[in-house]
Amino acid sequence: MKLQEYQSKSLFAQHGIPIPRGEMATTPEDARRIARELGRRVVIKAQVLVGGRGKAGGIRLARDPDEAERIAAEILSMEIKGLPVRKVLVDEAADIAKEIYLGVVIDRAQRRAVVMASSAGGMDIEEVARDTPEKIVRMAIDPFLGLRDYQAQQVAAGIGLDRDLVRDFVTIARGLYQCFLDFDGSLAEINPLVVTGGKKLVALDGKIVLDANALFRHPDLVAMRDVSEEAPSEAEARQRGLSYIQLDGEIGCMVNGAGLAMATMDLIKLFGGSPANFLDIGGGAQSDKVAAALRIILADPNVKAVLFNIFGGIARCDEVARGIVAALRDVNPAVPMVARLVGTNEEEGRRILAEARMETAVTLVEGIKKAVTLARGEDAVIDLPPVAATPLPARRAKAPPASSRKKAAGQRPAKKAAARNLAKTGKRSTAKGASKKRPKPRKS
Amino acid sequence: MSILVDKNTRLIVQGVTGREGEFHTRKMVEYGTNVVGGVRFGKGGEWVAGVPVFDTCKEAVDATGANASVIFVPARSAPDAILEAADAGIPLVVCITEGIPVLDMVRVRAYLDRRGTRLIGPNCPGLITPGVAKVGIIPGQICASGNIGVVSRSGTLTYEVIAALTNRGMGQSTCVGIGGDPINGTSFLDVLEMFEEDPLTDHVVLIGEIGGNDEERAAEFISARMTKPVTAFVAGRTAPPGKRMGHAGAIIEGGTGTAAEKIAAFERHGVRVAQHPEEIPELVAAFA
Repeated sequence: MKLQEYQSKSLFAQHGIPIPRGEMATTPEDARRIARELGRRVVIKAQVLVGGRGKAGGIRLARDPDEAERIAAEILSMEIKGLPVRKVLVDEAADIAKEIYLGVVIDRAQRRAVVMASSAGGMDIEEVARDTPEKIVRMAIDPFLGLRDYQAQQVAAGIGLDRDLVRDFVTIARGLYQCFLDFDGSLAEINPLVVTGGKKLVALDGKIVLDANALFRHPDLVAMRDVSEEAPSEAEARQRGLSYIQLDGEIGCMVNGAGLAMATMDLIKLFGGSPANFLDIGGGAQSDKVAAALRIILADPNVKAVLFNIFGGIARCDEVARGIVAALRDVNPAVPMVARLVGTNEEEGRRILAEARMETAVTLVEGIKKAVTLARGEDAVIDLPPVAATPLPARRAKAPPASSRKKAAGQRPAKKAAARNLAKTGKRSTAKGASKKRPKPRKS
Repeated sequence: MSILVDKNTRLIVQGVTGREGEFHTRKMVEYGTNVVGGVRFGKGGEWVAGVPVFDTCKEAVDATGANASVIFVPARSAPDAILEAADAGIPLVVCITEGIPVLDMVRVRAYLDRRGTRLIGPNCPGLITPGVAKVGIIPGQICASGNIGVVSRSGTLTYEVIAALTNRGMGQSTCVGIGGDPINGTSFLDVLEMFEEDPLTDHVVLIGEIGGNDEERAAEFISARMTKPVTAFVAGRTAPPGKRMGHAGAIIEGGTGTAAEKIAAFERHGVRVAQHPEEIPELVAAFA
């Protein structure tokens, strides 16, 4: 969970990090009042959770309250990368002599928090890291000792900071590390930390990203979540415990497990299709969860086919299949669907789904190929890949031979056409209309 | 032989009285694992899934001589459960729990390193030596005994690969899910080293994912230190770029972390990379 700049900076201030005087505004009139109270030049900054605000024109200077009101009105009517601007931060304008980068993040390889700093702070810090990594100074922190003064001094020396500023820098670095710990950050960064003309250090912009796994410890921070910044699909996915990322392809996928979900997307691409989303439904596949996931997938108007890929493992496939059928009754999708279920009782699971007029598949590759074919508007009569046709030895007896499976698939179009016709009538089309009304979720 | 678990494994289950804990304890016992007890504070003296419950790990170890523990407690108490197992002197701790805060794991891992405790996970399916013992939740029926070592950061994707191997008559020596969290107990490198030394493993299958640079380091290790062939698969070729944590995340990854980079690293170091899970057995067969 990301915090807005104004939220991050107020948490910084609680940890002794100097920030510019300023206040958040939701209306141009508010912005005028704040500018008048500050009594000097101000900077109006769009509060949206995407990068590149400055380049998009979301950060502008205003000389007086009149101009502040006018500019705030302009910024509050902007959209930045598809996100409407609903709040601006009105800060006193700083007199910038130099921009520094200071951040704390987890380093997976060293398995600890690392403080990073660079004398080349500002907007292009990622390019600095890529092109001139020697300009980034790193300091790994022992979790039991924390960031010590001498370490912060070494970082200051490493970026060539003026000696007069080192004492303040140490306070800021320790405050930032403490923020990171206290709020369970996965990132806390000040960019830029500016040296003013008057030789003072000020955190001009800041960002805190909270560890989603630690939010249970921070109900006060969860309350700061900007729900208006979330697309409805994302909000629903989060509330249902689903992990969902929208992409721009045509095949919606519902998979259990993140790794398998990614592999499924990769295979769709490999066999000539394009995935519409990443969606991990997590453990089990209870019908309410499947229904929610299906609604989220179908809210994307680009989706032309849906693929379920459930490796049951321990979950029973007949139960999963019943969950899917119940969800279908609930959601009434108008696009073709393919289900590939593996695990205990998988034949029974496939039988239940076939009865519900769903395409089924035994192997991953077979399922993917069927979905790709169906998304093109063709019927899914395909040859089974040779590798895939061998089920587990214990189940071999029950699986029908490949030839009969092909034949069954060949007979299916008539049934499917009937299903499509049904989908165009009565209750079903209403359900479809309702799902289409949802706004298109934004890409994250 | 095998790695990490074998017929001498004496396992306790932390969180044995919970829904997941009890269910999977039954599955592990059914598989033939020597489950010697369970732990749940306040339920000492009871019996669950046919095993005796103890109040603490220490009591369980004293009474049963347990030398391995598997953890099914919720994320909030999982860091404590890991530390308790380590302090009871258990050398192998497998944590299935997902959702542990990363800063908790930073401290836990630093502590375990001092004690020399081996942790697998968290957020992992555990491990299985087919036909001998399973510690965790990998479904036993998809595995078969053999000479292929499997190591993976994933869960269900691992099952997919194991099933594909078994379907082609390729059994496994041990399958290890190391978990997908940013900070875990055991890395690809650790497991590769064990497989290299294990006389019953002839071939290794490694299943990676985007993020971090564990795969890149594994690729270097394989070319520098391993004599046994390794076949790899990396999930996430189509994952959208830019799913990273702000500036600092991109900086710390040093430009690594994408599937393309990981695949390139493997290929540069002579590791064959399958295009999809069902292709893995074919690549393995090519070495046989």
